[in-house]
Amino acid sequence: MSFRIIVMAKQVPDTRNVGKDAMKADGTVNRGALPAIYNPEDLNALEFALKIKDRVEGAEIVVVTMGPSRASGIIREAMYRGADSGILLTDRKFAGSDTLATSYALSMAIRKLEPYDIVIAGRQAIDRDTAQVGPQTAEKLNLPQITYAETLENIDEKSISVKRRLERGVETVKSPLPVLITVNASAEECRPRHAKRVMQFKHSRTVTELQEESRDYTELFDQRPYLTIQEWSVEDVNADVANLGLSGSPTKVKKIENVVFKAKETRVLSDSDDDIDGMMKDLIDSHVLG
Amino acid sequence: MQNILVYCEITEEGNIADVSLELLSKGRKLAEEQNVKLDAVLFGEKTENLLETCGIYGVSTVFAANDSRLFPYTTQPHAALMAHVCRETDPQIALVGASPVGRDLAPRVASELKCGLTADCTSLVYGDHYEKKTDTQYDNLLYQIRPAFGGNIIATIINPDTRPQMATVREGVMKNEPAEKATTPEVVNLDVDKIVDPSNFAIEIIERHIEPPKVDIKKSGVIIAGGYGVGSRDAFNKLFELADLLGGEVGASRAAVDAGFVYHERQVGQTGVTVRPKLYIGFGISGAVQHRAGMDQSAKIISVNTDPNAPLNQIADYSIVGKAEDVIPKMIRFFKANSK
Repeated sequence: MSFRIIVMAKQVPDTRNVGKDAMKADGTVNRGALPAIYNPEDLNALEFALKIKDRVEGAEIVVVTMGPSRASGIIREAMYRGADSGILLTDRKFAGSDTLATSYALSMAIRKLEPYDIVIAGRQAIDRDTAQVGPQTAEKLNLPQITYAETLENIDEKSISVKRRLERGVETVKSPLPVLITVNASAEECRPRHAKRVMQFKHSRTVTELQEESRDYTELFDQRPYLTIQEWSVEDVNADVANLGLSGSPTKVKKIENVVFKAKETRVLSDSDDDIDGMMKDLIDSHVLG
Repeated sequence: MQNILVYCEITEEGNIADVSLELLSKGRKLAEEQNVKLDAVLFGEKTENLLETCGIYGVSTVFAANDSRLFPYTTQPHAALMAHVCRETDPQIALVGASPVGRDLAPRVASELKCGLTADCTSLVYGDHYEKKTDTQYDNLLYQIRPAFGGNIIATIINPDTRPQMATVREGVMKNEPAEKATTPEVVNLDVDKIVDPSNFAIEIIERHIEPPKVDIKKSGVIIAGGYGVGSRDAFNKLFELADLLGGEVGASRAAVDAGFVYHERQVGQTGVTVRPKLYIGFGISGAVQHRAGMDQSAKIISVNTDPNAPLNQIADYSIVGKAEDVIPKMIRFFKANSK
């Protein structure tokens, strides 16, 4: 029985650990200097997919990510941990997409991977924290959605039961397949890399990467086709450019204000009116309060 | 019609969720500024019981759907109904709580309507926009302001061309303020069978375990914590007053909990909860390592202590040398004076 699980993943700047190197002189964050990591909840999602693969004979996992060339790194990472293959959705025309345009692009890529049984993603990405791309992709594919998934309860050829985390408790739901699931950080952590798989996939590359590296892998890649990470462009997924990038994004960024972080330098104040008035003003002006 | 529409989430207890009441309050103000009306949707069972509440918040029209399959909430039926109301009434703005339900629902609706959506807004105001490329002037767009990048930037998002301008907002961000004059909302009953395709009921809820509400200070963006130094249970009331004003929760050190000033559910630290609020204010907390482990990830820390050498001061952004009883009333006074 063939059973295809598509796992959506995103490479993100590590906004949780903003070190000194990532700070500009004016105290703002240099986003380019933040290390690129596998979005944490997407790793929970990968584990969720691996759990399904453990239970369903013949199941395969395809990782789909959208991003620049270097985002292939997370496809390799997923393969080291148990994914079977990956697709890198990469094209300048995708750049500037908001969540609606992103979900359109991803849904077009997923359509190309039909027939599939389950689409899984992390609940949200740490760079924007919107939690919108999962549900929006589900809508575009006309799939039922299960958000905040925590535990896999049951899986068979036609349906899946999942325990999901709610504000004040848990709920177990059953959905027919295919379905789109988003996984919470409270779900089980992703299993580590598997040494044998690292050996197997460490040379996997996209065509762009192969061209950039001057080494000739032609023979190796002919022998082992699984080493090629596919790159798909706008044309490859038959997407309409009008629905992508800035023109396909209904939301526009009007303004970005950098929050200025000062080095942890304690300001010692008295309990005078002036000191406390000034502090409350600072807190309101810097959006900490109000 | 260009009204303002609010999705009213219905709680386990059958009430309108606090976050929705806050959005009705904000929505009413946005409606008044534009001289349009505030509308609301209620999808569930026996929603007629909630009309009066809607009236208290000044709702003009309630779009109601009553069906046993609409509670507990599942995504697709609610999304289909919400999208239907948006198509029929063409609101300029649609607001949804950034609760687990709202964050599940809003993106689905926005995708169906192909409109812009901004999650977890911390401020919503009107503003203008000039688009150079098309030489178009937009007046009174909704500025949707939210932090991003782990709180390292504040972004102002606009949706110039699509309607509704959709946004979600977390509980506690907007103020809960009933209207000065209550209304008697007009009710439009929606025909669920006509609007919702049977395939939208694909998800079956097998089991639910919902706990009664209890204090969970973890989610609060502002923590007002007190230590043994605060002195008494009565003195803690001042902390609650400040927390209410700043939209925060009260936390405590172990010593304060052991002394019986507050219950354990509010204890911050290794044997309590770990909090990462935007702002943590410690009153009379010396800052033992065990306590610091539960709060040192806070974005901003203020330590108020009579002892200038209290360990908490070392990790504080502001260290105020003084007594809680003197500093709290001033914080209250100057917060009110400086926030419009």
